[in-house]
Amino acid sequence: MKKLINEVDNVVTEQLEGMAVAHPDMLKVNFDPKYIYRADAPVAGKVAVISGGGSGHEPMHGGFVGMGMLDGACPGEVFTSPTPDQMYECAKAVDSGEGVLFIVKNYTGDVMNFELAAEMARDDGIKVQNILIDDDVAVKDSLYTAGRRGVGTTVLAEKIVGAAAEAGYDLDQCADLCRKVNQNGRSMGMAITSCIVPAAGKPTFDLPEDEMEIGIGIHGEPGQVREKMSTADEITERMALEILNDVAYTRTVREFDRENGEWIEIEITDLAFEEGDKVIAFVNSMGGTPVSELYAVYRKLDEVCKDFGVEIVRNLIGPYITSLEMQGMSITLLKADDEILKFWDAPVKTPGLRWGV
Amino acid sequence: MTVSKNQIVQWLELVATVLHENKEYLTDLDAAIGDADHGTNMDRGFRKVMEKLPSVADTDIGNILKTTGMTLISSVGGAAGPLYGTFFMRGGMAVAAKEELDNDDVVKMLQAGVDGVVQRGRAQLGDKTMFDAWAPAVETLNTSLENGDDLVDALQLAVNAAQQGMKDTIPLLAKKGRASYLGERSIGHQDPGATSSYLILNALLDVLES
Repeated sequence: MKKLINEVDNVVTEQLEGMAVAHPDMLKVNFDPKYIYRADAPVAGKVAVISGGGSGHEPMHGGFVGMGMLDGACPGEVFTSPTPDQMYECAKAVDSGEGVLFIVKNYTGDVMNFELAAEMARDDGIKVQNILIDDDVAVKDSLYTAGRRGVGTTVLAEKIVGAAAEAGYDLDQCADLCRKVNQNGRSMGMAITSCIVPAAGKPTFDLPEDEMEIGIGIHGEPGQVREKMSTADEITERMALEILNDVAYTRTVREFDRENGEWIEIEITDLAFEEGDKVIAFVNSMGGTPVSELYAVYRKLDEVCKDFGVEIVRNLIGPYITSLEMQGMSITLLKADDEILKFWDAPVKTPGLRWGV
Repeated sequence: MTVSKNQIVQWLELVATVLHENKEYLTDLDAAIGDADHGTNMDRGFRKVMEKLPSVADTDIGNILKTTGMTLISSVGGAAGPLYGTFFMRGGMAVAAKEELDNDDVVKMLQAGVDGVVQRGRAQLGDKTMFDAWAPAVETLNTSLENGDDLVDALQLAVNAAQQGMKDTIPLLAKKGRASYLGERSIGHQDPGATSSYLILNALLDVLES
């Protein structure tokens, strides 16, 4: 299969080199270990927001580094969690003394690597907290699985919490807001093609011409169920209803007890959507699906939401959390209150998202 | 029999070779129920270990293993990095300052490593993870040594148990890691982490046998 790359081993490095020369006004890149950070970091008096994950989901996370969003982003190899030294060095580079918030997608590897990084940062006297994003409704329970995956809500959380940090929220306030965004967001994704990890050189899974995967994550892994291909309307309605009808979801997550340097389990519950809720609607391309197709999806999503009694007050449509060249899409609905909307609307200047400046 | 420092180094070198040779195999296992990177990640991690090894090969066994663990943590990524990294770091701590290992030390090393994996990953038996290979292996090793078997014979039995544990993951429903998102579709596939665990333990046996 064809890819626009040079040597496979250099894919991530060359991408970072390109970002560094393309956006020197917004970001800088450290290559050993790899992390991207705000050009003006550390920003005095501000909590630093850091995220990270495997490469292959661009623009997330490196493309979201800049004013009003992330202070730092740590890219792993394609679809592979970054390693603790990356997050630790990044934290040291961007911490102004007000502390660092790690926004962590709920994948086993990401969670463990960010936990190790938090321990390392704390040992160095950096105030740090980890908040998980686990919004994917395709995973039904957390008792017999690794829990709901972190998908579309991650992008919304990085924007909203980034703006709050910019406005002067302290570490606990940022953590609380991030937890609130996570608990109010729900997503679901689907794929009509697989994707090709450069090092593997072939599609991760074989999807016949007339079939689709429903309930995917973002790493090219197979989804929960494979079915005959259907229409945009049918797929959108089904996924939107699964999100809207998802019942209250309770699970335990691990957060950091900064004082003792230990991980404590806390129980959190996402309440179900209700008639009258206002939402931010995010229709996302997995990378290979054109924006034109996303608009057809959005048209149906708008209709389904109206029928349910939920009002879309803001939207985001495009490729923001991708899976290389996978064709497919994901839908995220985030229940929005005044605080969330204020920070959603706040100015942001990053390669991947820019408004109000 | 005692295990020499040189044999520990040879073990790590053989692990690097075996993981390199099995890179595609492990990646294919991981494509079926994961994200197709286990083979690549482990190969990269142990190549980094090989780069580091010469500078610590003359220090004590504990330090060699600890350095191996730290190198894996910073180069493997994913779930395997923290898990295998913790395995070697805790194993190293259990045999700190040792210049050679007796039977007791070998058991302590492996037990501490496996306990570390469980603490970090919180897996239980039957979750379809590397623990399903390590747990029966370490138990068998312990029992066999207590019965008076010599180390090589005991390790052979442990390797057989790891291999069986690895195969026994095939019918299991995954409850941890990326495979757990597949639900019942994870059944019928061998766990990649259990497979690399078996390969790693088997490499130790190969070194001690020769």
